[in-house]
Amino acid sequence: MSDTSTQKLFRDNFPDQKPPLHPEEAVVEADRCLYCYDAPCVKACPTHIDIPRFIKQIASHNLIGSAKTILEANPMGHSCARVCPVEVLCEGACVFTAWQERPIAIGRLQRRATDHLHAQGVWPYLPGPDNGRRVAVIGAGPSGLSCAVYLRRLGYGVTIFEKDRLPGGLNTYGVAEYKMTQSTALEEAMAALSMGVKTLYGKEVGKDLPAAKLLKDFDAVFVGIGLGATNPLTIPGEDLPGVWDALPFIRWVNARNLKPIGKSAVTIVIGAGNTSIDAVTQSLRTGPGRVIMAYRRSPREMKAYDFEYRLAQTDGAEFLWHAAPIRIIGDKKVAGVEFIKTRFKAGKLVPIPGSSFTLECDRVIKATGQSKPLPLAKTLGLRLLPDGRIKTDPKTLATSVKGIFAGGDAVNGGKEVVFAAADGKRAALSIHRKLLGPGLPTGDAYWVSTIEGRVVAPVPERGSRKPSRIKTRSMPRRRR
Amino acid sequence: MPDLSTDCAGIKSPNPFWLASAPPSNSGEQVMRAFEYGWGGAVWKTLGQDPPVINVTSRYGAIDIGGQKAAGFNNIELITDRPLEDNLREIYQVKKRYPDRAVVASLMVPCERTAWHEIVRRVEDAGCDGLELNFGCPHGMSERGMGASVGQVPDYVKMVTEYVKEKAKKPVLVKLTPNIADIRFPARAAKAGGADGVALINTINSLMGIDLDTLTPKFAVGGKISHGGYCGPAVKPIALNMVSQIANDPETRGLPISGIGGISTWRDAVEFMLLGSSSVQLCTAVMHYGFRIIEELTAGLEDWMQIKGFTRLDDFIGLSAPKIVEWKNLNLHQKTVAEIDRDKCIGCDLCFIACNDTAHQCIGIDRKDGNRKPHIISDDCVGCNLCSIVCPVDSCITMKDVKTGLRSITWEKYTANGLKGYTPVYKRMHG
Repeated sequence: MSDTSTQKLFRDNFPDQKPPLHPEEAVVEADRCLYCYDAPCVKACPTHIDIPRFIKQIASHNLIGSAKTILEANPMGHSCARVCPVEVLCEGACVFTAWQERPIAIGRLQRRATDHLHAQGVWPYLPGPDNGRRVAVIGAGPSGLSCAVYLRRLGYGVTIFEKDRLPGGLNTYGVAEYKMTQSTALEEAMAALSMGVKTLYGKEVGKDLPAAKLLKDFDAVFVGIGLGATNPLTIPGEDLPGVWDALPFIRWVNARNLKPIGKSAVTIVIGAGNTSIDAVTQSLRTGPGRVIMAYRRSPREMKAYDFEYRLAQTDGAEFLWHAAPIRIIGDKKVAGVEFIKTRFKAGKLVPIPGSSFTLECDRVIKATGQSKPLPLAKTLGLRLLPDGRIKTDPKTLATSVKGIFAGGDAVNGGKEVVFAAADGKRAALSIHRKLLGPGLPTGDAYWVSTIEGRVVAPVPERGSRKPSRIKTRSMPRRRR
Repeated sequence: MPDLSTDCAGIKSPNPFWLASAPPSNSGEQVMRAFEYGWGGAVWKTLGQDPPVINVTSRYGAIDIGGQKAAGFNNIELITDRPLEDNLREIYQVKKRYPDRAVVASLMVPCERTAWHEIVRRVEDAGCDGLELNFGCPHGMSERGMGASVGQVPDYVKMVTEYVKEKAKKPVLVKLTPNIADIRFPARAAKAGGADGVALINTINSLMGIDLDTLTPKFAVGGKISHGGYCGPAVKPIALNMVSQIANDPETRGLPISGIGGISTWRDAVEFMLLGSSSVQLCTAVMHYGFRIIEELTAGLEDWMQIKGFTRLDDFIGLSAPKIVEWKNLNLHQKTVAEIDRDKCIGCDLCFIACNDTAHQCIGIDRKDGNRKPHIISDDCVGCNLCSIVCPVDSCITMKDVKTGLRSITWEKYTANGLKGYTPVYKRMHG
């Protein structure tokens, strides 16, 4: 495929799913916001961005101020504005939603502010004065970048070890382009790193350098390594050419490495999570042919959000429910998938004997969840939960090993960017408290207050009686 | 169909909606087009002595509030900058073509008897139905001893009105400036000078703001500006109050009023009429949307009159004026408390924080199980209305009258009784 036709394909098929708001449109939308007290959207945001405040800053034409409000609570605010599942977080909690009205377009307003900030080339934060302590961050994904930003603000020296060649983690390599372009992910990551973070690319801890060295060379370590490769199906034929893992496939599409695919080509995507939807829509948008999403359970058990499922439907995907793959067929390359029908029996999913059938296809994309980060966690000696996630104290994100903290997908098992950003922030404060105690440098109180959520001056609880009177004993009594 | 025709101080028109003296009535061509749409009358853009004034560019400014464009409007345009002869010829032509519409000549000349006699004679010869003396224009002309500088001195108002009445055969309206401490004084002076009615309000002294990038006025003439006249939806409450003051003043009660100030819809117009206006004048809304708005102004008024069972404007003009009284005549024993409809409440908690931070601390929230819906602590509520004002949901918070069984007592009666007879109906929280 020639370069220009690739460009055209992306222009035509990967337009912004949520396009930027026109400046006037943003002000009108911002004016719709009621400025709720103790707003539910703020509570629903894992990073507790003061949403009504940043929206009113847009209404008063203070876009840089608005972006600062966002980035104080979430250094990944630029990507979250695009990739956050706002329907189930802030916008889902908006009082307008409960009122059966269109919620405030919080995600798009956030994008209005952070787009402006990046267009101006402004990054609002400076590193704090050097406090002499050094922290290693493993992984330059959302949790690692978030942690690094706050640690730098607190005055720590930060070195990030990143196994890939670019920062951003899944933001850079694993997001469908209609949600966010790679350059957006990179502009955000580079801005964060510009706070004087030392980054070593192509360095995989445990492989390119011994894990033990980190503990010796640094005062603390943050582990933000995400998850591993796609879980194997453990069925025959899995290694045939034409069988893809979802994340490398998405990465391949983002890198514009398109190879022509036949007009009547059939792609089967196995799995029904949000990554499966990404794989489905990207196959449909990059080539002709049919795409069938196969899932061994029913739509009710599907992990993908409703709005993601609807996107796959409107993109023209076909769906195969209650079909478990048992064999990938093919000689030199994939030619089809053999499935067996399933049903629930006493709450358990069982195959229906004798119900197997074969679908011919040209490509199989496996999207059955990523494996847990077992090898590095084991090297570091971290205790794991039974499902393979790294065990941490939810309040501090401290692992079982002294001085090592962890967050993001490796801890939560695979969630959105905003959860990783929240973890990075929480871990940065924990590391600071562990190393230097409870005191905070000036200028850091605000973001710290967003870790658990902000209520500055709570209104006292009241029954039907009068509130406590302000004592005026020190004032002279007026003579009558 | 209800009869919309009106007689304001002897000036008759098929409906009460007149174009105010302003840019929309600057030429015969414009006024005829307005009449074609159905406007009942037009007060011509103010006529003065030749040579005509010179205007500046630019001339208008506006402020947008919460997405509402031109919620407030301001201008520094002077009176007509066209020769008197042209205007008079066009008045004659308009009147000939639309004999049933009211054409009122707005006038402004120096405070000299001969100057006023001269212009009155000429405009009456042109065939206008009435005269409006512009004692209100707050910018430019006031620096030259005309406009608001006359309206701010009741003695001048009376003197010039007398000059005009010495010659005028047609009804005379005096247009008042709101840039004064008490509107009743110039109104009384107008009446004493023989005016057949008053028209109010003219525009309010104002600046539209400073640009934060350039640090110069947002609306400017080459980087500088003089104060202008403020009008548009934002000024309506000020105008309504002044109209009611004149309608209720024992000295001016019954003096015909042409109501002006922020009228955009038929509803606004009805409010001015309920307070005693027998015609209304519009400008900003016309400048925003064009002459076509008259179609809904008359249709809306007709529909409302039919619903209310009114057949002519006199059935309701002035009906609400007696309900505007001095504070001392309000009932101290009236008790009102807020009530929240929990089914309608969306949990924005604006009433909660407004009441607790800034009013009377009588709204609580039971935070159990994530509940966000506030409740009124009725015993403590002073019925101030703030919660219902900030509530974004229509009729979610309503103010309910509470029967106290107490007889009405006003401040006037209470003080006359030697501070006796008042039983508290609300708690003073911080007393």
